[in-house]
Amino acid sequence: MKNFVILGAGTAGTTVANMLRRKLPSDWSLKIIDPDTDHLFQPDLIFIPFEMQTPEKTIRPRKGTLGKGIEWIQRPVQRVDADKNQVILDGDERVPYDLLVIATGSHIRPEETPGLLGDEWQKSIFDFYTLEGSVALRDALKKFEGGRVVVNTVEMPIKCPVAPLEITFLAESFFTEKGIRDNVELTYVTPLDGAFTKPIAAKALGGILDDRDIKVEAEYNASEVDVDRKVLRSYDERDIPFDMLITIPTHMGAGFIEESGLGDELAFIPTHRHSLIADNHDNIFVLGDATDLPTSKAGSVAHFQAEVVVDNVMHLIKGESPKAVFDGHANCFIESGYGRAMLIDFNYDQEPLPGVYPLPTVGPFPLLKESRFNHWGKLMFRHVYWHALLPGHPIPVPNHMSMVGKKRPGKLTTDAELAS
Amino acid sequence: MPVVEYAGSSIEVNDEGFLVDSSQWTPEVAEAIATGNGIDELNDQHWKVITFCREDAAKQGTPPGLRRISKNSGVNMKELYQLFPKGPGKLAAMVSGLPKPQGCI
Ligand SMILES: Cc1cc2nc3c(=O)[nH]c(=O)nc-3n(C[C@H](O)[C@H](O)[C@H](O)COP(=O)(O)OP(=O)(O)OC[C@H]3O[C@@H](n4cnc5c(N)ncnc54)[C@H](O)[C@@H]3O)c2cc1C
Repeated sequence: MKNFVILGAGTAGTTVANMLRRKLPSDWSLKIIDPDTDHLFQPDLIFIPFEMQTPEKTIRPRKGTLGKGIEWIQRPVQRVDADKNQVILDGDERVPYDLLVIATGSHIRPEETPGLLGDEWQKSIFDFYTLEGSVALRDALKKFEGGRVVVNTVEMPIKCPVAPLEITFLAESFFTEKGIRDNVELTYVTPLDGAFTKPIAAKALGGILDDRDIKVEAEYNASEVDVDRKVLRSYDERDIPFDMLITIPTHMGAGFIEESGLGDELAFIPTHRHSLIADNHDNIFVLGDATDLPTSKAGSVAHFQAEVVVDNVMHLIKGESPKAVFDGHANCFIESGYGRAMLIDFNYDQEPLPGVYPLPTVGPFPLLKESRFNHWGKLMFRHVYWHALLPGHPIPVPNHMSMVGKKRPGKLTTDAELAS
Repeated sequence: MPVVEYAGSSIEVNDEGFLVDSSQWTPEVAEAIATGNGIDELNDQHWKVITFCREDAAKQGTPPGLRRISKNSGVNMKELYQLFPKGPGKLAAMVSGLPKPQGCI
């Protein structure tokens, strides 16, 4: 009997497990290891603070997400001994593997920034990347009557890199609808050199923050929080006072990756950008947020990567070389407030362009532009996630990014056309 | 795309001053970009950073972030700000002949 072992039963691990259980030859066993009882649908974390979704509806028992033939070991991984091909659990119990998939995601580490976890944590300083954080922010927003609200990304990379923008837009629209917008000063603070850094997106969307009177503080690398004075500090000593700080803390891969010597300085695993095989171990695949790849850490990416990993696993098992190729494809809906959203579609080489997705001319989703359709698309994704993506069913969008339906603004495209 | 004269050769840069073709980079080009951006002279510490950034970007396909630079180049965060004032991530990338560090949008 040969052993196939998957670490992490989140978006990526669950999808791979459910696809493989129908494909693995009968002399292979399939195990997945994850300590958490429930599966959390993370995209809803941006809606909970504004009571656009309830915490109960964002989680489902993990048991129901894993199909027949998958053995779930409900314990945390302590270490991987890649030389011996063993996963080590608590009590030094060892799970041997022939092929391993690491899909243990990316996790916030507020303790990396002095002051974040001090007396103001979940009083005036909030994260929304965890269920507890998102619920605490909801409760604080209910009572909030005005003041300085600061949204800060501590450092890149983070998962769902558009979520800081989304929370800012949703907050702006929430304050307006609550009738307290005039009492709120809203500032978007980013380590990048602007809210939009890609030239075509910057051109198409650059004005949107200004229009909504959202201030931007760019190239800002937060070093600490002065808790007594309620001030955010940067390495170049720019002080930003706040009444409410919404932080997106430093992200890192799972702790055991550091222990196992498998990761980089943020415990993300060096991974081959096309085959998704770990750089230093040819029987380990890595996908989802756990890789060091220069594409977005997003559920859509985890899905495209899952198809590539499963193809390459089957090639290896048949004694062939891994042929499937990941191109960095990502697409993300970006909530922009007032019942609208934007959509971007891109890969390693191609920045987000305007146009329509997924079908030329008919779309129906417009790219790089606000629309109600996109907001519905984002809400519809919940259903797709639980019923098609996680169970590993085919989803009718191409795996590789396509240029069909996209328009590259060239010399003949005027700004007015781009903005229309 | 604008073309600038750096160290006696014509180099294509984008609107923000980043090299369009990283292979056109030479140490002299780095010196020229640095002086044009408020750095008087590139010292050994600057070169530690530049060397790391170029090697890392060749492997990763993207310019390294500040934490990655400070953990691996032997130059700490505070010093990065002294060496490459204002935005060290962006300026170190520019001097190293790499593209601007970007988000996904
Ligand atoms: C606020 C927010 C909004 C988002 N919005 C979107 C969106 O609109 N669209 C989109 O596509 N994506 C979105 N994402 C990103 C998306 O949720 C992730 O990219 C996706 O879940 C990644 O899948 P993964 O399997 O790599 O990681 P996860 O789904 O996070 O799974 C990791 C799993 O590993 C397990 N694990 C961790 N440590 C261990 C250990 N030691 N041993 C065993 N198991 C372990 C965890 O319990 C978890 O189940 C959002 C994320 C957030 C936080």
